[in-house]
Amino acid sequence: MSDASNQNKGPIARFMAAPPDSVGKTVFIAVSLCLIASMIVSAVSVALRPMQEQNKLKDKQANVLQVAGLYEDGMDVIEGFSVFEPHVLELETGTFTDQFDAATFDDRAAAADPELSARLSDDPAGIGRQAKFVTVYLLRNDDGSLDKVILPIHGYGLWSTLYGFIALEENGNDIFGLQFYDHGETPGLGAEIDNPRWKALWSGKRLADDDGMLQITVAKAVPPAGADYHVDALAGATLTSVGVDNLVRFWMGEAGFGPFLENLKAGEI
Amino acid sequence: MAQTKRDLLIDPLVDNNPITLQVLGICSALAVTSSLQVAFVMALAVTAVTGFSSMFISVLRNQIPGSIRIIVQMVIIASLVIIVDQVLKAYAYEVSKTLSVFVGLIITNCIVMGRAEAFAMKNPPIDSFIDGVGNGLGYGALLLVVGFIRELFGAGSLFGVTILPTVNNGGWYVPNGMLLLPPSAFFIIGLLIWAVRAWKPEQVEEREYKIQVVEGH
Repeated sequence: MSDASNQNKGPIARFMAAPPDSVGKTVFIAVSLCLIASMIVSAVSVALRPMQEQNKLKDKQANVLQVAGLYEDGMDVIEGFSVFEPHVLELETGTFTDQFDAATFDDRAAAADPELSARLSDDPAGIGRQAKFVTVYLLRNDDGSLDKVILPIHGYGLWSTLYGFIALEENGNDIFGLQFYDHGETPGLGAEIDNPRWKALWSGKRLADDDGMLQITVAKAVPPAGADYHVDALAGATLTSVGVDNLVRFWMGEAGFGPFLENLKAGEI
Repeated sequence: MAQTKRDLLIDPLVDNNPITLQVLGICSALAVTSSLQVAFVMALAVTAVTGFSSMFISVLRNQIPGSIRIIVQMVIIASLVIIVDQVLKAYAYEVSKTLSVFVGLIITNCIVMGRAEAFAMKNPPIDSFIDGVGNGLGYGALLLVVGFIRELFGAGSLFGVTILPTVNNGGWYVPNGMLLLPPSAFFIIGLLIWAVRAWKPEQVEEREYKIQVVEGH
């Protein structure tokens, strides 16, 4: 294409006809492509966000159902979840509070809110800030007596914070189940905490011995307290196992649900 | 190119299959074939990405500067992959949890880049789209065959529906646990490549060297 023919065209046509390898065009293509691509990607992300959050919520509710042993494949999660009685619990006193609406209370937001949380000085679970209030779920028998309590737990493993639930029997000491619904541990090693066989180990274990000492542990060897208080650590995932051990002992201890479990044992819930 | 549109779509299924002939995209084929449902969604995702990325790259092919063409292709492919990932998270959350990083890794799938560079940069948009879809389907077809074998013999089910009742659930079938581990996909793909090349000997590559008898010794 000669320069003479270029002069008859407008600036856009001249630009289009320029060789693709010219500096101006290279920069123009790079910048405009990045702009357009980022606009499309962010538009899709924003448009789909509400649905993704709904899915996350459903997934969490399905996990509460699973840990309570009520989950069946293909069930309506939202309907099934309605059997639970959600309460916002004040950790320090171990009593329920009406300050917040349990249906909309956001545990993770509360843990980041300076008003509702405190920095931990003794922090074996590696969570940094601990919320003063958490959402717990009660499951009642048909006659209204307490069947199980489902308590949220979280703590640091090897790579990530593990979020999960522990289900306790009405006596506040026997474990019914434990499972994590959100973590980023190594697939095949630490992520084996999702393995049904390992999760099944928790069922029937006990938290504290007859003297009220917290004995539950995740360890390689059976502790002196006996097999009732011992969950076998995962092979090849020492740090994840240590993390689970720390977080379970932290949340079941004085700084965690200790006061609540005391109240539960005393029959005050 | 004397290929018809039909050839563009059908050829990559067997005659020019990206996995068995070109041996591309093996990594993800190992990871996502332990169950058919996951393999199926992955196949759809890759087909969508190869099809649309080839089309968009072909639309821009006369304007893409040669010096940054790979980066331009990557930007287009990566954007499409993010969109697919977001859509999966919104509409197929369970599957997207299982696929996890492998959706993101479609970006590095050699098949997508290979079609963009080898075909879309030289051909018009519609042909490129069909070629991309064809290659995605060729990848998907192999994924489904491998997934079928692995899920049926590894877990005794297909698409999660029990076909062979396993001993653990009170049936008679002792599942072959190795088939659920990634290395088994290597063996299955190897055997499939052997089978396809035995069926179509023209796919067998020429030897790169040949031992010759040298005269005078």
